Amino acid sequence: MAEVTGIKEIIKPENLVYKKTKLMTDKVLSYCPGCGHGTAHRILAEIIDEEGLQSETIGICPVGCSVLLYEFIDIDWQEAAHGRAPALATAIKRLLPEKFVFTYQGDGDLAAIGTAETIHACNRGENILIIFINNGIYGMTGGQMAPTTLPGMRSSTSPYGRDVKIMGNPLKMTDIVATLLGTYYVTRQSVHTPANVKKTKKAMRKAVQYQKLNKGTCFIEIVSNCPSNWKMTPVQSNKWMEENMFPYYPLGDLKIPAEQITQKTSNSEKND
Amino acid sequence: MEKELRLMKGNEAVAEAAIRAGTDGYFGYPITPQSEILEYLMEAKPYETTGMVVLQAESEVAAINMVYGGAACGKKVMTTSSSPGISLKQEGITYIAGAELPCLIVNVVRGGPGLGTIQPAQSDYFQATKGGGHGDYHLIVLAPASVQEMADFVELSFDLAFKYRNPVMMLSDGAIGQMMEKVWLSPQKERSKTVPGWATTGKPPTRERIIITSLDLDPNAQERFNQKLVAKYNEIREKEVRYEEFQLEDAEYILVAYGTSARVCQKSVQLARNEGIKVGLLRPITLFPFPSKRLNELAGKAKMMFSIEMSAGQMVEDVLLSVNGKVPVYHFGRMGGIVTAPEEVVEFLKSKIGG
Repeated sequence: MAEVTGIKEIIKPENLVYKKTKLMTDKVLSYCPGCGHGTAHRILAEIIDEEGLQSETIGICPVGCSVLLYEFIDIDWQEAAHGRAPALATAIKRLLPEKFVFTYQGDGDLAAIGTAETIHACNRGENILIIFINNGIYGMTGGQMAPTTLPGMRSSTSPYGRDVKIMGNPLKMTDIVATLLGTYYVTRQSVHTPANVKKTKKAMRKAVQYQKLNKGTCFIEIVSNCPSNWKMTPVQSNKWMEENMFPYYPLGDLKIPAEQITQKTSNSEKND
Repeated sequence: MEKELRLMKGNEAVAEAAIRAGTDGYFGYPITPQSEILEYLMEAKPYETTGMVVLQAESEVAAINMVYGGAACGKKVMTTSSSPGISLKQEGITYIAGAELPCLIVNVVRGGPGLGTIQPAQSDYFQATKGGGHGDYHLIVLAPASVQEMADFVELSFDLAFKYRNPVMMLSDGAIGQMMEKVWLSPQKERSKTVPGWATTGKPPTRERIIITSLDLDPNAQERFNQKLVAKYNEIREKEVRYEEFQLEDAEYILVAYGTSARVCQKSVQLARNEGIKVGLLRPITLFPFPSKRLNELAGKAKMMFSIEMSAGQMVEDVLLSVNGKVPVYHFGRMGGIVTAPEEVVEFLKSKIGG
């Protein structure tokens, strides 16, 4: 009994170092242990809360593992057909230009069936945020080859490994959208370590600020894992991601606002 | 404000009526024979006057999904296309029906299947009235037969769409889209400032979050939703049937025709009556809901019925179901982009009557 009382003594508000994010609902996440989706959701919910945007936000869910995203974050949501989220976001933002509008899409959704919608929304420079979770596989349908599956990587539809001669090469969508005149900020991040979580959160905060400037599309790729379909433990999957995914999809900014480049240049000139 | 008289193409009338009805957004993609709608709107620049968004999308697929996004915000939004483009939109249309969103889709029909032809046809009747996309759903389908109705049905469509939270299709064709007639245009209406309670606008602390979706993984809940849709469609069948009768009072032979074919049949009725044949015409204005009850009543008095449509025989199935064996029903009509001639209808009529 003494021990139980001791625990109660410890659980006091002043001792708390971690708590549930305000905008995350009580719904139990539908993701597998170790999956990066939950962390990405939390970062997103934190940013919307911290920026005071709950009543200004309309989110668009994809088809894939995060199809039920609307059950987890307490904001207004629209569920899109597979790959079409950027088309929905285009109309929402144009009809309600004061709102914060974002899509959350996986690699199959964004880089295969939704390639046209993604590229054209970015090319028009729609003032939206596109969050792209890339784990190199179709998770929800059970581990089929995605457009981003690495060469040689096994999946249920490339059981002997992706043979690029037959199945084509992995698509670097983030590199493509960075070349488009309509994009304003394009970055590739991950959420598998506390340091990377911080960087991703910083990127999302920038995207929120940039959307207020109406200067074009912000695009954040999060390179993530899929322990279940990669058939690894969560720890193994993160290690495999670092060793295999990151060389092909290197983390960092692919495009930063032109103003910042000018600023950096003039700063370095001063330093010189 | 008074109505304004103009000489316009059917396609232009849709565009002008859309601006005047206070439409919030138009999302389209060029395809013959309806490209004038997008062209007219881009030239009229309503985004500078009423604030209406006009956007040329990268595909029909994107355009209909833009309509989904806008409709889910409670806005009056629409798209237009022609047959092959409408096929591409079917994915979006079934999602819109499944999410119970109001919108207007205009199909200026051309001959098919496949790339077909750019000339007028009525071969998309099944697609428009029976679903078109997957799953159990119906559109409300209006069939304009004049440039005037191309204009008038825009506002009617939005009224019905919002009343029932259901997508509405105007099933026109290349003839009505391209021909010029005089048209009385309604005065400019202001865009609505009220937002329906079901629309996504950003969640204030005072209400639950709004989720627009057509997904329900629980089969019991999904079935309850399907039953709710059935009840809605039955209410529409009960309340929204529209049709026009032409010389039916003493008719022994009844033509059933909509849109362009109905105009052809008006002439056929005159020609046949000049020869002493008592013919009348029923023109369905709503194709869903179909005027089944009225046709069943008329079947008791008529000797024969004829479904005249520019297709291989699609509406004829609804006529057959309506009369339920009370009277013989025949189909006649040209295909492939050829408009049936009034004389051809009379010849067919006589071949069935005999003598």
